[in-house]
Amino acid sequence: MSYPAGSTVRVRTGDPDHHTRVPRYVRGHTGVIVAALGQWPVPDDSARGIDPPRVETCYAIRFSAADLWGSGDHTVTVDLWESYLDRP
Amino acid sequence: MTGHDDLPAAVRARRLEERLIAAGLTSDDEIDEYLTRLYAKASPVNGAQMVARAWIDPQYRDLLLSDGDVAAAELGFDGLGYALRVVANTATTHNVIVCTLCSCYPVSLLGPSPGWYKSFAYRSRTVREPREVLAEFGLTLPDDVGISVWDSTSEARYMVLPTRPAGTGELAADELAALVTRNGLIGTALV
Repeated sequence: MSYPAGSTVRVRTGDPDHHTRVPRYVRGHTGVIVAALGQWPVPDDSARGIDPPRVETCYAIRFSAADLWGSGDHTVTVDLWESYLDRP
Repeated sequence: MTGHDDLPAAVRARRLEERLIAAGLTSDDEIDEYLTRLYAKASPVNGAQMVARAWIDPQYRDLLLSDGDVAAAELGFDGLGYALRVVANTATTHNVIVCTLCSCYPVSLLGPSPGWYKSFAYRSRTVREPREVLAEFGLTLPDDVGISVWDSTSEARYMVLPTRPAGTGELAADELAALVTRNGLIGTALV
């Protein structure tokens, strides 16, 4: 499964007890795919020494400040691996 | 006077190094060699050269925005070890780079990152209230200029392509590069 630029995704909620690269402030929020960046090892696996780690597409995903914080007119773009995402 | 070695973070880093060395995962020599290699050529002059070239050469600008690693290699900065993503300021959008999770940063093109880039204040406030943060850097943006914040959470490293200042049409590439600052490449200055 992959997400084309412009599609909408929701970041999975949850608070794993291991290392992850999902900033807390985007969990559960909906964003728009800006671009696919590349296929890279999932850091949650690498950090736990899982060999081989899952290799997944990582996307730049844009969120609106109003949605994240309830105020602000800027956007925040965050890079997230595919398994961090769900369809909205 | 307090030296770098006395800082709590330096003490903690050294303890971590000692544990890794004791576990046989690395050595002092290997760490020293890595740091020497990393910092020998790392400088914001590199990023500035890429910006100046993009201001002069539209084809290079397109390449820089579509494939940062290839564009870097074209000026001799090859083997970056990360995916370089360059984001261009426009008349209506200003870009600024942050790493909220740690301190990801394109060191080889921007030089060692400034202390404030690694501070909790910069990392937490830039995603929340960038207009206020930029104003504290002396960059007050007009209300009709939108702000796009890039949080470096993956293997990609971000760099800003500032807008070419007006009245610089006569300048040569090296003179243009001299106008570009490290903060301009992060987005906390206009150029």
